[in-house]
Amino acid sequence: MVSIVPMEPSLVFKALADPTRRAIFERLTRDGELTVHALTDHAGISQPAVSKHLTVLKRARLVRDRRHGRETHYSAQPKALQPMVDWMNFYGVFWRERFDRLEAVLERMEP
Amino acid sequence: MNSAGSSATRSVVIEKEFAYPPEKVWRALTEGDLISQWLMENDFKPVVGHSFQLRSTPVPNWNGLIDGEVVIAEPYERLVYSWGALGLESAVAWTLTPTVRGTLLRMEHSGFREDQEAAYKGAGYGWQRFIGGLERVVGEIAKEGHHEG
Repeated sequence: MVSIVPMEPSLVFKALADPTRRAIFERLTRDGELTVHALTDHAGISQPAVSKHLTVLKRARLVRDRRHGRETHYSAQPKALQPMVDWMNFYGVFWRERFDRLEAVLERMEP
Repeated sequence: MNSAGSSATRSVVIEKEFAYPPEKVWRALTEGDLISQWLMENDFKPVVGHSFQLRSTPVPNWNGLIDGEVVIAEPYERLVYSWGALGLESAVAWTLTPTVRGTLLRMEHSGFREDQEAAYKGAGYGWQRFIGGLERVVGEIAKEGHHEG
């Protein structure tokens, strides 16, 4: 039995399930800190829509915001991908173990 | 048996060749009694649309229950079901390919459902491209020794 349970990865998966949010996250990973204005210029959607996506990314801790003057600056937090990595590691171990058990069952089954 | 390369950040892939024909492997994957011997207690049926539950021993932070629904059941070839646990809806896809020795069995467990995946294809922003970038990032996390294993 695998005894460790991964930290809940659903927030990260859900945040990245949307292609626009993936694009925003990737842009921040690539270009560093950006304002909502800068992000909106290339997103092809309205500023409120970009802000909404940023809120989801923020909740998943994939982005961090910093207020500077009248503008809020956003930056990517790639370490927040860790729950996703943990999920992968957990199921990697889980399924390998189950494959071994499956083979044992196949051996026991009548032809 | 190996972990997948290209889709590694989104899914867990395991492939193994068994010295038994696809018919036999299919039975082990789809008959409740047999499933309980290698996976978990269950009320599984290989019928598209059938909802089932897999039950394992509860552990701290998890009740041990997995909720699934059969998405594809093509006898001896392909079996896909959803896999809901810990608030995350994922998908498990089994592919059986006959070989000279028996059966090549491939299991892909992905963090996104296939129907959602299909929706991305027209989205103009490729998931593959994102994964490419993500792998670099995750590689960097790994290098920093941020997690063990």
